[in-house]
Order: sequence, then C-alpha cells, then structure tokens
Amino acid sequence: MSTVANTIFSPETAARFDKLVTIYPLKRSALVPMLLYAQDEIGYISDAVVTEIAQRIDLLELDVHNVLSYYSMLRTKPAGKYNVQVCTNISCMLRGGYEILDHCKHKLGIGHKETTKDGVFSLEEVECIGACCWAPAIQINYDFHDDLTPDKVDVLFQMYRDGQGKDVK
Amino acid sequence: MPALVSHPDEVKVVSRRFGMGATDIDKYVELDGYKAVQQAIAKGPEWIITEMKASGLRGRGGAGFPTGMKWSFVPKQSEKPKYVLVNGDESEPGTCKDHVLFLHDPHAVIEGTMIAGLAIGSKLGFIYLRGEYRYLLKIVEKAVADAYAKGFLGKNIFGTGVDFDIITQTGAGAYEVGEESALMESLEGKRGVPRIKPPFPAVVGLYGGPTVINNAETIANAPHILLMGGEAYAKLGSERNGGTRLFGISGHVERPGVYELPMGYNLKRAIYEVAGGIKDGKTLKAVVPGGSSCPVMLPEEIDIGLDFDQMGKAGTMLGSGGIVVLDETVSIVEFALRTIAFYQHESCGWCIPCREGTDWIKKTLTRVYNGGGNKKDVANVQYLAENMLGRTFCPLGDAAAMPTIAFVKKFRKEFEDYIEGNKAGTPIITVEQLVGAH
Amino acid sequence: MPDVKFTVDGKQLTAPAGTLLLEACKTAGIEIPAFCYYPGLSLQAACRMCVVRIEKMPKLQTACTTPVAEGMVVTSESPEIAQARKATLQLLLGNHPLDCPVCDAGGECELQDMTFKYGAADSFYAEPKNHREEQKWSPVVYFDRPRCILCYRCVRMCGEGMDVFALGIQNRGSSSVIAPNVPAQMSPDDLAHVDCEQCGMCIDACPVGALTSGTYRYKTRPWEMNHVSTICTHCGDGCKTTLGVRSTSDGSEIVRGDNRDKSGINNDFLCNKGRYAFDFANNEDRITQPLVRQPSGEMKPVSWEVAFDHVGKKFRELRDTRGGKSIGVIGSNRTTNEEAYLLQKFARTVLGTNNIDHHRTADYATFAHSLAGMTDRAASLKDTLTAPAIMILGGDPTIQAPATAWNIRTNVRNNRARLYIANASEIKLRRQAKAFAHIAPFSYGALASFIAGDDSAVDSLTHPGADAASFHNFRNAVRAEEQLLVLIGSDIRGGDLKRLLAFGTTMPNRKFALLSDYVNSRGAADMGLLPDLLPGHTTLAGNTTFAEYNAPSEPGLDMLEIFEAAGRGDLSALYVVGSNPVSRYGVDPSSLKNTFLVVQDMFLTETAALADVILPAANLYEKSGSVTNSYGDLQLVSKAGDRAGVRTDFEMIVRIADKMGANMRELIPFGKGPRGAGTHGDMGQSRGAHSGEADQHAVWLAANNMEPKLSPFDPFAILDEIQRLVPGYNLLRLQLLSGNDQHLQPAVSTANLVQISNRRDLVLPANDTLFTSGTLGRYSTMLSDLQHNESLRPPTGLTQIQTAAD
Ligand SMILES: Cc1cc2nc3c(=O)[nH]c(=O)nc-3n(C[C@H](O)[C@H](O)[C@H](O)COP(=O)(O)O)c2cc1C
Ligand code: SF4
Ligand code: SF4
Ligand code: SF4
Ligand code: SF4
Ligand code: FES
Ligand code: FES
Repeated sequence: MSTVANTIFSPETAARFDKLVTIYPLKRSALVPMLLYAQDEIGYISDAVVTEIAQRIDLLELDVHNVLSYYSMLRTKPAGKYNVQVCTNISCMLRGGYEILDHCKHKLGIGHKETTKDGVFSLEEVECIGACCWAPAIQINYDFHDDLTPDKVDVLFQMYRDGQGKDVK
Repeated sequence: MPALVSHPDEVKVVSRRFGMGATDIDKYVELDGYKAVQQAIAKGPEWIITEMKASGLRGRGGAGFPTGMKWSFVPKQSEKPKYVLVNGDESEPGTCKDHVLFLHDPHAVIEGTMIAGLAIGSKLGFIYLRGEYRYLLKIVEKAVADAYAKGFLGKNIFGTGVDFDIITQTGAGAYEVGEESALMESLEGKRGVPRIKPPFPAVVGLYGGPTVINNAETIANAPHILLMGGEAYAKLGSERNGGTRLFGISGHVERPGVYELPMGYNLKRAIYEVAGGIKDGKTLKAVVPGGSSCPVMLPEEIDIGLDFDQMGKAGTMLGSGGIVVLDETVSIVEFALRTIAFYQHESCGWCIPCREGTDWIKKTLTRVYNGGGNKKDVANVQYLAENMLGRTFCPLGDAAAMPTIAFVKKFRKEFEDYIEGNKAGTPIITVEQLVGAH
Repeated sequence: MPDVKFTVDGKQLTAPAGTLLLEACKTAGIEIPAFCYYPGLSLQAACRMCVVRIEKMPKLQTACTTPVAEGMVVTSESPEIAQARKATLQLLLGNHPLDCPVCDAGGECELQDMTFKYGAADSFYAEPKNHREEQKWSPVVYFDRPRCILCYRCVRMCGEGMDVFALGIQNRGSSSVIAPNVPAQMSPDDLAHVDCEQCGMCIDACPVGALTSGTYRYKTRPWEMNHVSTICTHCGDGCKTTLGVRSTSDGSEIVRGDNRDKSGINNDFLCNKGRYAFDFANNEDRITQPLVRQPSGEMKPVSWEVAFDHVGKKFRELRDTRGGKSIGVIGSNRTTNEEAYLLQKFARTVLGTNNIDHHRTADYATFAHSLAGMTDRAASLKDTLTAPAIMILGGDPTIQAPATAWNIRTNVRNNRARLYIANASEIKLRRQAKAFAHIAPFSYGALASFIAGDDSAVDSLTHPGADAASFHNFRNAVRAEEQLLVLIGSDIRGGDLKRLLAFGTTMPNRKFALLSDYVNSRGAADMGLLPDLLPGHTTLAGNTTFAEYNAPSEPGLDMLEIFEAAGRGDLSALYVVGSNPVSRYGVDPSSLKNTFLVVQDMFLTETAALADVILPAANLYEKSGSVTNSYGDLQLVSKAGDRAGVRTDFEMIVRIADKMGANMRELIPFGKGPRGAGTHGDMGQSRGAHSGEADQHAVWLAANNMEPKLSPFDPFAILDEIQRLVPGYNLLRLQLLSGNDQHLQPAVSTANLVQISNRRDLVLPANDTLFTSGTLGRYSTMLSDLQHNESLRPPTGLTQIQTAAD
C-alpha cells in the first residue's frame, strides 16, 4: 500500500487510489485509470497530480508525463465544468456533426479546446465516440447525447446551465 | 440512451437479451445466464476449445481470426500466469456495437471471459473499455460486483473449487490502444505503442504471460456457442464464417442502428431492407463497409455477402462491422480528408511511414480541399499511401493507407475535378473547422 | 547456441541461432541501413529502414528484429526494398530542416548518408516545414526538434544504458517529441531541462544532428579536424577518447572529444569527463612561461634555459650539501607511466632519495603483493562486461568509475549477470543488484573480514534495517557463485584488503580489481612513486631486479612525513610534478617556507602558488606514452593538443637531470654504444659495480629485436626499460602501438618476496563527483558549468524503477 500522507485528493479518491495500486499484478497498471479519475476530481492533470501519482506508483514524473501526453482525454489545462465533446467523425459528419459543432461554437462563443468565461462550458471537437448509429452525437463530460439537432443542443445546454444535467463520473 | 432497433431478418444470438433488463444479474440468470460457464467447468478446456473451433466464430474486432484456434495456441504449461483480455476499446469510426453490448448484456461479456479463462487455464481476466465509455464501465463494474456477490467470480466459483477474477479497466482516449499489443501496454500503465511481434500475445502477452485477447462481442458469443453447440452456431452463418454478427449501420440510411445479422448476409439488403434504404430518398454514392479503415465500395459492388472471405475477395474488408453509407451529396475529397485526419490524429507515432505518411497525406488533402491543389497531388497521395501499405509497425498504417488508396483509385476523376474547381457533392467542413481538432 | 544456415543475396551464411539478421549480415559484410537499431539496446522496429525480403513472408520484414532461422532465404537489396527505404527517407526529409551545411552532424549524419544512397533528396512535398527553436537542455545537451527523426536511440541510451531515464517520448503521432525530465513549467527559467548525469551518450547515439553537445556546437566541421585517439585523463577506467584537434595560432586546440571509432576498452561508452572535460587544456589561466621567484618574493617569467639552470643548480647543491634524504619528490596520478618511472628513477638515482610519493587513491601495493605470483586473479575492465557474477565491495562505480558502471549495467541487462553489492550507502548500481548488503557506516574493515569468513565481524555490519541474517544470506549467495568478479572500492585497504584477498584467492574462479580514481593512479603505484617500493611493487630490501639503480636502501618519507619534515625545517627541496598536495592534504603553507619548491603544473594551484620555480607543464592530451588503468589494462596515449610555451613532464625531468650533471645514458637508455660512458661520463655517476659488465639494456633490446631510441626525450626509451625491468609489465609492444589495450598481471618480483607489514595506510580517496576531477577539473569550464547546473536542482532520492513483466 502506498498511502500518501498529504494527498491532494479527496478522502474517497485517495482511498480508491490506495486500493487501485494493489489490485494488479503490476502496480503501474493503475496509472491510466488513476490519471483519468484524478482529472475527474481536479479538473485536469496538474503538476501536483503528476507528482502524487508518480509517488503512488513509484514512477518518475517523466514517466507519468510520457504516458499522460499520449492519451487524448487527459488534459494539463483546466476545462469547463461541463466539457462538451462534439464528434465530427465520418458517421456524425454525414448526419450533421459539423453543424452541431458550429452551433456549439456560436452558442457558447468559444472554439475548440476553449472555455466559456464563466467556466461552465468548454468545447472540444473529438474523434468517433462510439455512437455512430445515433449520430450526430456529443458527450458532455461522460454523458452521451445522440441524434442531435441544434435545437436539442440548446435544450441540453440550458439543462446543464440549470444544474439539471447528469454528471456521471 | 441509444435507441434499440430491430428487423425481422435479424437472427438474435448475442443480442438475444438486449432490452430485457439483463444487466440485472437475476434477470440474466433467468435468461440462461451463467449456465454455459458451469458446463464449461464441468466439461473442461478441451471441450470448450472443440466447441469454439466447431462454431467457426471469427474475431469480431476486425481481423476475423478464428477464435477457437486462437485459444488453442496458448501453451498449456506456463511459468507465468495466463490472462484473458477483453477488448472493449471500440474506437473505429462507424463502430458502436460493443457499446450496445455493454449497455444491455454485460454479464454475457463476463461469462465469456470466464469461459475463455477456463479454456486456456487462466485465473484472471481484464475487461478494458475505452475511456469515453464511462457510463458503460459503471454498468460492467456493477455486473462484476454482482457476480462476485453471488460467488460467480472470485474464489471457488459456483462452489466448484475453481478461482477466477475479473478486473475492469478504463482507457483514456486513444484509438491505437485497440490494437491488441498496444492495449497490453496501456493496461501496463504505458503509452499505447504496440509491441514487436512475434512473440504473439498467446505466448508472451500481458505482464509477459500467455494472453488471449478478444473483442467484447467475440467473447460474449462464447456462452451462446457452448449452450447451442458449436455446430449449430456455425450453421447460422456462411462458409468458414460461423454465426451472426452485430452490424452497425450508420450514415445516410433511414433506420441507422445496430442489427444482428447472419454472417454472409447481403450488404445491399442490409442497407436497403434492414436499415430502410437511403435517407430522404437520395441515391447511394458509396459504402464504407466495416469501419473507416475498410476500402470504400461503389454501389455496383455491394451485392455481396457480409463475411470475411467474400469481402476480402472484393478487395475490401468486413472489419468491425460498422457499415457507413454515403449518399450522392457527399464529397469524396472531404470524406477522404476526414478519414485520414482521424488516422493522423490517432497514429501513435512510433514508426516513420505511418507517423509521417498520415501527416503528409492529411496536409496534402487539406490543401487540395482548400482549393490549393494541383494535378500531381492525386498521384502524390496515392504514392504516399502505397508506400505506407505493408511497411508500418502495426496495422494502423494499413488502416490509413487502404481507404486512402481506394478513395483515390475509385474516385480519381472526382479528385481531379475538385482540383480543377468542379466540386462534386456538398462539402461541409469549413476552413476554420479544419484548423480545429486535427 | 548452435549455428544455423541461411542465405542472404545468394550467399550462404551461418550464425548462431538467435542472432538478429541485421547483426548476422553485418558480420558477413552486408550492411543493412538502420536508424532505430542500436546494438545492445532494446529493439524498436520503428524506423523501417532495415526492411528486407524474406522468402515465404508476405511483407517486407525488419532485419533488426528478425532472428536468423535455418534455411531462411533473404534479399537485402532489390528495387522493391530500395523503394521502401527511399519512401521512408522522403517522408523524413519532408519535415527535416535540411540545414546540413550548418548542422553539427553534417558529414557524420546517418540520414545524410542514407539520402545520398537511396536518392531520396528530391522532396516533392509542397507543405511548409515545422519550425521550432533549438533548446538548451543543459550545458552539454542541446536539442533541435525539427532534426529529430524519432529513432528513440537517445531515450533507450539514457534509460537502459545509463539507467538515468531522463529522456522520454511525449505526445503521439506527428506531434511526438523527445522530452527531457524537467518540463518547462517546473523549471525556474520556464525552459525545459535535463536533470541527469550529462554523459552525452544520447548525443553520441543520435544518428542525426538533433542532439548536439554544448562544447562542439557550430565550432567546426568534422572534416576540418584532425582526430587523435588517446586516453581520458580523468578516472581510473581509462577510456579511449578521440579528440578532434584544430590548428590555432599558438598550437593546436582540442575542440571535441568523442568516441568516434568505438574501438577502445570502453566500447560505446564515454562519460561527460571523457567527452567534454578536455577544455582545461584550453583554459586561459594556463601558465605558459617558466616562473622563478625573485628575492623580492615576486614571480618573474624567465627563459627555459634560465629556469632549468636554476633548478639543476639548486637541486645539485642541496643534494650535495644537505644530502638526498633532505629532498622530497611528489609525483602524479595523471602523468604517463614513463614519466612516473623516470621521476622515481631520477629521485632515486640522481637526487639520491626514496622520499617519493603520490596521491594514492587505492592500495595497489597490498593488492599486488596479495596476488603476486598468481595468474588469472587480476581482472580487466573487460571482465566487467562478461563476468556472470560480480560483487562490489565499497566504492561507487557510477560516480567513481563510470565506464565500469556502464559495463556492469550492460552485462546485467544483456547477459543477466548477477550483481552483489555491499556498501554503506545506497549506491545507484543497487538498482541492478540481485542482492544488496547495506552495511553500517565505517564498517568496511568488518566487511572484508566477514566476507573472508570471520563470522564475528557481522556484528559491526549490522544496524537498524539490516540484521545479521541478511549478511549471511548475502555471503552464502556470493559463495555459491561458481565464477565471481570482485570489485573492491578504495575504502578497503591495508590489512583488510590483504585478508580479503588472502581468502578470495583460496576460492577458484575469483578475479579481483581495485578501483582507484585517476587515469594513472594504478600506473603511479606500479611505477614506484612510493617511498618503500620500487617499480613493480618491488621491495627495497633484497632487491636484485633494480640492482643497476643504486637506490638508497632505506625506505623514504611518505607524503605526510615529507610535509612533517618540511615543517621541522628538514626538507631542503621538494619537487612536485603534476600534483596539488597543498590543497589535497591541507598542508600549512608556512611549513614550506624553508624548502626550495619546484612545481611542474599547468595552473597556479595552491601548491604552485608557494613554489620557487614553476615549470609550465603539458597535460596528458599533449604528450605520448602509456597509462595503466585501475584494472591493470595498459594503453597508449597519443599527443593531440599542443600549446606553445609548455613542455612535457618527461622533457622537464630530463632537462633538470641534465643540468644537474647526471649521466643521461644511465638515466635514459638511449643511443648506441655502452651506457654509462655517455656524454656526461665525467659526472661521477659511473657505477663501479656495472662498469665493464655487458650493457644489459642493449642485450635486451637486441634479444627483443628492438632498436635503441635515439633521443633522451623519447618516452619509449623509458618504456623499453619498464618492459625490461618492471615485474608485471611484460607488455606486447605491437598491441600497445596499435592502440589496443592489454591486460597486465600484477607481479611482484618473486625472486625476493618479502612480506610487507606495517605499511602506513595513506590512501585518500579523491571523492570526485560526476562533475569534478580533482584540481584539474576546476579548470574545466564545462565541469564548472555542470556543477553550477547541478546546484540549481534539488537532490532527489534513489528511485526504484519498476521493470515490466520480467
Ligand atoms: C489500430 C487498431 C485498432 C483496433 N481497435 C480495436 C478495437 O477497438 N476493438 C477490438 O476489439 N479490436 C480492435 N483491433 C483489433 C485487435 O488488435 C485484435 O485483433 C482484436 O481485439 C482481437 O480480437 P478478436 O479476435 O476477437 O477480433 C484493432 C486493431 C488495430 C490495428
Ligand atoms: S503504424 Fe506505426 S505509427 Fe502507426 S499506430 Fe502503428 S506503430 Fe504507431
Ligand atoms: S546526457 Fe546522458 S544522462 Fe543526460 S540525458 Fe543524455 S544520456 Fe541521459
Ligand atoms: S534526438 Fe536523435 S537519438 Fe533521439 S530520437 Fe531524435 S533522432 Fe533519435
Ligand atoms: S569513465 Fe572515466 S575514463 Fe571513461 S570517460 Fe569517464 S572519466 Fe574518462
Ligand atoms: S462517428 Fe461520431 S460517434 Fe462514431
Ligand atoms: S533499424 Fe529496423 S526498424 Fe529501425
């Protein structure tokens, strides 16, 4: 058990990490999930996250950087509370994915990988998210919203703004 | 929540329990769940492998490798522990079948994993889901926890003295991690860069131990095969292509969705009957038959059976079963660009031909798309793609090269016209959008 | 492994099963291009340059990952293969800056060579190239991203080879980039840096000019330099380093150090000192004129003639008036064997004193006496690369002997050698160790006893965290090894060392080496820069080997006694050659006020500052001769640099002897005709015992088919005498001259094996770090920069690196 004394994580997440490093044949296997869960909690992979995770898994910080920079969901800058990820890959493109992306840009007044001033939304154009048969699709944080139209997007944004959106972690 | 569709031509095997509440373990058990694995424990590995071989099941992840044979390659004796690895990284554009599977029948994946474990003598399985599938991971995690609670997983499962554990794992955004050896790297906490083969995973895989890796759908078929018998399963499909398969039909069709059709089912019929034909009464322009890496087919080529061999003979692939339908409005130049942009974004960067090749094809097509193309560009794109083909470290390079070559070859005139200023179809992507994600 | 037969390009070849096709081809003279492959490092199959056609395989295969197999039929060049390679190069060049005319690697670039060979220069890509600024990662490591072809050699070199892991690969796809371990946002100056051992191995491995070194960047082009292979002057491993030399107005300047032909004892390896720390030679503070202290106390430049006259006269006068015993001589562990030998001979036969010493960094006398008369007990540096099991007692090779550490890591990695370490500190090599015995501080004596079988010594080793059982387990494991190489740190010496070796040599298949700190620490001891031992660790009493010497029979004063004598006013003169004892031993400057002090040095060191005469000396890179590394491997040094106004220590000793009126042909066996009847026959130096006897040297030369050397300034004249007289230095001349190392067995003159006892234990480990090198190192700008660079970062603990499924 590599319990960390001054953890930057919540007690639940810290406890989860304490456990995570013990379940695999090799501790290092916990790295990718830990990074993602850390991001869910902190909002992004900060330097402090890198340091603590490196410590927990006995890795060099460089190793953690090498790995985290590989995965496109991991970010090293904060995003909005709700990260809107619009798929524009082929199936979505054929059914209006770019239209949805454009609509989001105008509606939120931000571009790719930008965050609204109030910090509520950020926007990202993403590759196929595995919802091709229900295109066009987006994810807001981890929640899928499919078969979209610009009008449906408006409703969704309002819902999230009103705090009614789901936020599975 | 993705809508469930159905069509009378469907033959429901893996999708049998979809929409029936089988995420609930009791419901799953009621619907014949966890019977097959108990049989498997009773009858032993030889029997499992015999049935799997007889079923003619071929990998649903894309390459179509015979599953029973794959399992039989794992050495019986091994100093290092053996592992079962379920590939739920599903990231090939046009593919969303495992999505529905995890959503509706997670226990089938769990049971299949156990069966694979029994077949090869492994005590630990991993179910790896792409990072974006968090809500599905939660469903699978709950199913695993329920199975532990019932004594179906863990020590002494079903009171038989057999032990089996399952660990669920999430990725964090990387298509390449779907490649089997890259997935093992990722699961070992590393960058998703593939490994040198040989040795193959069946001999040296996860943590250096012999490992069977299968697509989630492949694995979920195992319990059904054992229950119905390998031969009965085989008969559902076509020659050397046993059983049924989840096909995701997307793009310009009236009723997109995931349908379970027998192997060898006619592609044209799948589009026009099962999926309701071309959307809004438009005309068909092209079909990408098995996920974005499969060479595009022209309307006159689609009267063909959907199985690995027939598609291969036709110069394309069955791939991941994601059929993407393009109507007359599509600009192939744009579609080719969007396709290569994906591979450029997802190339792991390890080897030169893929890393640089995808980048240069994308750059060239972007310029062409933006109106700055010249005649040589078409030939250059083809040259680049042809020089990637078969030369890269892993199949992603081929997956990028093959569709590119097909687009250029089958629609050369459209590319040339585009460069001349005569654009076919209705390009959608704007110049600003091009500088976005890719 | 049994051999397999296979065919390449129609040629029948054989190679041991398991050999990589690329290596097998290379052995057969078939060169297969490769960017990512690097011998001994993990396989990548990333660059796809090595593709070949293998019959029955659907695709081209990478020769760098394919082991040869029986009956394999291979085509290594064909239009298809050439096209594949050409396309790969075109892809690379599409994004390559093609600034070859200014690139440091220009002329030594593998990409350039390949492009030329496969005609890929006609890049047809119209897209603009990515441009990025060059980054300075450390004083020695610079990175130019657009030139990088992502072969990952540097990453593996640093991680697998150096066990430093300072370089990584970040991002993916075409954004992939080599990244150093201190990211910009974590660095005070907001720039990325590399926190590492600064060895430069990554630069050496880089096939293009993406990684370049701070010292050499943009200074010159490879073809504008002369390349001279010689031996690194720094640690006791004695790596071959190739110095790139360029003519300047006042001599020839060394502008680059590298490991060009990798033919040395160090194979691929060089550490930062061998690679970069040659720059002391170009330091502006070098003394380039003889200086003589005036009655006023001030130092005044004088001509060489005046200086030698003065020294010769004074030495002669003091010897004649106060006796040889009133004179002390301190030699160097960085001069050649010939110089060390000549110095002690000069002291013993011309000055008439045994008051000779040098800064000893290991107890070679005990080592030599313990192994005397045995064969195959003394290890060569090469053994560290092949021994199936190695035990390191004390010492820290990573810092003290980087090439040794490199070899050990390579051996563990590629041959699965078993490494056992006993140390009071958690030295870095313990990461490679199968077993690590963490002993209590200051318990090396007990360690030696315990290893030698004294169970009672275990109590002194234990401390909280390591109990007796752990040491017993350690010792049992080591004893169970059938073959063992034992490396001994300088902490173990005197009686402890003797006990250890006495026990060790009772066990079969044990080889030993004693680690010391400088290029010729071993040679200095072997050449007799010791008060009580003649060359070859020959005892004074009963000596016949050096009968022709006429050396005083009483042991002289050692280093500390010399300064004590000076303090008492009993030392009339002190002759210091290439050493800085005042600083090293904390000598009180006032103790030397009544001593005539002559110092030969490059710089105004603490010792030189007190001198009456300073003679500006050449360094090891500016002279020829031989040196002996810690292991007893003898190697040739060749003159690379040249500086107007300095002379070699050899020449200066000869000149002083001449000015003293010594019999030059007795001191240096040069010229034809009987010795002792030379130019200075009137100097009263003829040896009664020998006059009339046959000239032994001439006889020996004739017997060995050698010509006498014609000049008294030819160090090889002394080498002849070393070879003739010094036990253990029975060297192979051709080996030496062709730049190969040869391993010597320590042999004490066994004719009169007198047990030495109660020797004073004067070993003073140098305690250099990776970025210091005694006094000399202070004059290396690069080392100073590196120390400064190092001081900017907080020290980090030893990280245990988890290795993958192993
Ligand atoms: C670039 C690339 C991506 C892949 N992605 C997936 C994937 O997301 N899911 C999957 O099951 N197989 C994927 N595969 C195929 C796997 O490498 C592997 O063949 C498969 O998981 C084996 O399972 P199967 O035999 O059951 O199909 C991918 C292959 C490549 C080359
Ligand atoms: S083909 Fe090469 S660069 Fe592309 S994903 Fe595979 S290994 Fe990575
Ligand atoms: S100089 Fe040496 S230690 Fe530093 S990064 Fe390069 S290889 Fe690693
Ligand atoms: S810096 Fe040099 S050695 Fe390192 S990956 Fe780039 S080209 Fe290869
Ligand atoms: S290891 Fe020693 S001899 Fe070799 S280069 Fe470094 S300091 Fe010089
Ligand atoms: S293409 Fe958008 S989800 Fe697959
Ligand atoms: S040398 Fe073989 S792939 Fe690079």
